[in-house]
Amino acid sequence: MSFPWAKHYEPKAPLMRYLDEKLPLPRLVYNAIGGGYPVPRNLNYWWNFGVLAGFCLVLQIVTGVILAMHYAANAGVAFASVEHIMRDVNWGWLLRYAHANGASFFFAVIYLHIFRGFFYGSYKAPREMVWLLGVVIFLLLMATGFMGYVLPWGQMSFWGAKVITGLFGAIPLVGEPLQVWLLGGFAPDNAALNRFFSLHYLLPFVIAGVVILHIWALHIPGSSNPTGVEVKSESDTVPFHPYFTAKDGFGLGVFLLVYLAFVFFLPNYLGHPDNYIEANPMATPAHIVPEWYFWPFYAILRAFTADFILPAKLLGVLAMFASILVWFFLPWLDKSPVRSGHYRPLFRKFFWFGLIPAMAVLFYCGGAPAEEPYVMLSQIATAYYFLHFLVILPIVSMVERPEPLPFSITEAVLGSDKQAVLGENTTPAT
Amino acid sequence: MIRLIGILVGLGFTVAVLWAFGSGSAAVIGQGYFVEPTAEHEFHEEPKPLHLASDGPFGKWDLQQLQRGYQVYKEVCSACHSLKYVAFRDLAQLGYSEAEVKATAASWTVPGVDPNTGEATTRPGTPTDYFPSPFANDIAARAANNNAIPPDLSLMTKARHGGAAYVYSLLTGYQEQPAELLERFPDAKTGTGLYYNPYFPNLNLAMAPPLSDGQVTYADGTPATVDQMSKDVAAFLTWTAEPTLIKRKQTGWAVLGFVLFATILAWLAKQQVWAGVKPKRRED
Amino acid sequence: MATTTGTADPEALAAGEGVRRRDFINIAAVSAAGIGGVATLVPLISQMAPSKDVLAESTTELDISAIEPGMAVKAVFRKQPVFVRNLTPQEIEAANAVDPGSLRDPQTLAERTKEGHGNILVTMGVCTHLGCVPLGAAEGENRGEFGGYFCPCHGSHYDTAGRIRKGPAPANLEVPDYAFTSDTTIVIGQESA
Repeated sequence: MSFPWAKHYEPKAPLMRYLDEKLPLPRLVYNAIGGGYPVPRNLNYWWNFGVLAGFCLVLQIVTGVILAMHYAANAGVAFASVEHIMRDVNWGWLLRYAHANGASFFFAVIYLHIFRGFFYGSYKAPREMVWLLGVVIFLLLMATGFMGYVLPWGQMSFWGAKVITGLFGAIPLVGEPLQVWLLGGFAPDNAALNRFFSLHYLLPFVIAGVVILHIWALHIPGSSNPTGVEVKSESDTVPFHPYFTAKDGFGLGVFLLVYLAFVFFLPNYLGHPDNYIEANPMATPAHIVPEWYFWPFYAILRAFTADFILPAKLLGVLAMFASILVWFFLPWLDKSPVRSGHYRPLFRKFFWFGLIPAMAVLFYCGGAPAEEPYVMLSQIATAYYFLHFLVILPIVSMVERPEPLPFSITEAVLGSDKQAVLGENTTPAT
Repeated sequence: MIRLIGILVGLGFTVAVLWAFGSGSAAVIGQGYFVEPTAEHEFHEEPKPLHLASDGPFGKWDLQQLQRGYQVYKEVCSACHSLKYVAFRDLAQLGYSEAEVKATAASWTVPGVDPNTGEATTRPGTPTDYFPSPFANDIAARAANNNAIPPDLSLMTKARHGGAAYVYSLLTGYQEQPAELLERFPDAKTGTGLYYNPYFPNLNLAMAPPLSDGQVTYADGTPATVDQMSKDVAAFLTWTAEPTLIKRKQTGWAVLGFVLFATILAWLAKQQVWAGVKPKRRED
Repeated sequence: MATTTGTADPEALAAGEGVRRRDFINIAAVSAAGIGGVATLVPLISQMAPSKDVLAESTTELDISAIEPGMAVKAVFRKQPVFVRNLTPQEIEAANAVDPGSLRDPQTLAERTKEGHGNILVTMGVCTHLGCVPLGAAEGENRGEFGGYFCPCHGSHYDTAGRIRKGPAPANLEVPDYAFTSDTTIVIGQESA
């Protein structure tokens, strides 16, 4: 696809030759994740998270389709059907815990994947489309995760549904009718539960479709790499298979160890006890919080406590949506010609000492009660969050003097591109 | 252009949120404290430590204790609390024989239908029946219990922070309201029909102290102190909340062991694959 | 393993043993992944089998004192109909008059009833052809050419002992496990002692 030295698929077995003629699926796979896809040789472990996210998507679809065989999307029996899965269905407890924790780990992987992109400038030309599709996937994932959390019909499910659909109520004029329309009623009930179930089943397949576009768009320029220097010659790359299949296989093993430790030994650690109480429209739990993966955005929502030109409620909702939508503009906000944070001294400081602490504070405060000092902390962090993306990045990219870049990936790896330690095949890049 | 608009939007949100920060911090400075102290804030206590045989990655059920806990539930708790996700057949997991399960199921009265007239009636339970609710519906439960519905206990240890330790602490935590509390928060005096318990989130519980020493007579001769009964019933409710708990942990070890083995192999394979292209460090 | 940039460790190549070791590790790693994948299928497949509440011992207790000779009742056992029929002497005679050897599924009436209760015929109300519910249990229903049960779906005729006599069904109506707990009470689903 991308580089002239990419190996060509040459099926040897007659069956594969026949298939290649009629339906070149093996060729597609070979060129996408096989020997036919040359990948920069210097990718570090941060580049494992794309494959891991793909694994999580498959995991969630498989366990989800199975759970749907036993789950009943009816407000009267939804909670009981989940308990039926936990108690009576063969291995039902494993399937449910795998799915519930799978959602958390999916988000964890996605966040690391996104922050990899932030630091290494993966969003920059020529990979803007990869980035934009990625943000679309993230938005779809948030919608799917939210609706999935409603399905067990526990207290947090119910009040989560009520509060999140309430966000739309903040929109002037159309807000309240929109909220009623979304719920199919005045409060979450059967209608809402059923449509959330339907969409929760549908959206993952939409995500899978966008993931294919995301990978397609990636294969046109090829993968970025930690130096941010574009591939110059054959010595800069290795074929995806076996080099990165092997590395991703090991990464998957490590991921599974952590994930399965949660599934089998701490399955409810990332959940909330109140969701083991059946939904009760008459009593709000003392402290309602979304799942941990929404905490930063929930913190931003709650940070706007005072009217400022606009009502506080509307400001919060706008800021929450804006905090993600701003990612769409990232390729055009950060115009620095240098991609990787490794060679951007000023950017690097703002990343490690600004964005990361701000995100950590937002994560923490989003899960804390809506009390001081958490609200004040999240206000400071929210201010920094918007400054970082919308003000600091554009200015830094204009005033910063980047450090010298390596001549090529090979030079970055070996210290010199001419030193032919690799064998006679190596041709120094020109 | 995008950057100019971006900077303006960014500054807009920043000013708005800092405005909120300003008014929030002004309020905090004015009050002199972050959170207004309340009786709940000051006197609520975290659950006491409780160790059960089922705890930890290598936990096992203590069947004797679960049977004692079942007895406490049956003789005390079930007067007000349902256990609707548990069936009598599940009791076989507590080490009861088939005949014992049948006998104990038959000792419960469950709702039934008269086969001839179709009228609602009651009948002795069978192993496939679920534990019956002591009240016909929420309204009856509310009316009989000073306006507080006794919650279903099936999932109690998963539905509360602290789990089994919370149940144990709550059952053993009834006490007189501390004088210091009344002094500082005179409005927080425990109301009539409520009972002070520092382990309950709002400190005042509608459930009267349910246990007293010697209330049940254990078949295995264990002295039935309030502490013992509380531990036993907390253990029993740990089981009702997740009967598959021990199987889960045991499966977990087998799975993790295998995945660890496979991961080590994957690492070795990855090292092999990359051996040829890794830069060689000259050691001379 | 083919790469344009790499060379294998010459020592390992020279020994020849390194190649085998390398292959072994790769084969082992891929096999481990395969075994893990297959093991994962166990929960994914077995979850479709009946769950514990479905499998839980279920029995149906029935008072048969009200069933007059010649009458039948329908009961429910494991979500399926059961026919309990009190045979008249004529029906018993008709059933016994048939040579079992001439039947598609040779059985005598005595083999299909309990000793001492030869007039009580308990069968599943499920046609052995494709599972429809045969007619003949309720009063006024078509009992087929042999006075027993008639399945309207594909025209199977059962006689007064519930044996298949005509039509596509391959076997007699199934007699479930049941036991008399008293002269007038049967428990279906419980093996007789």
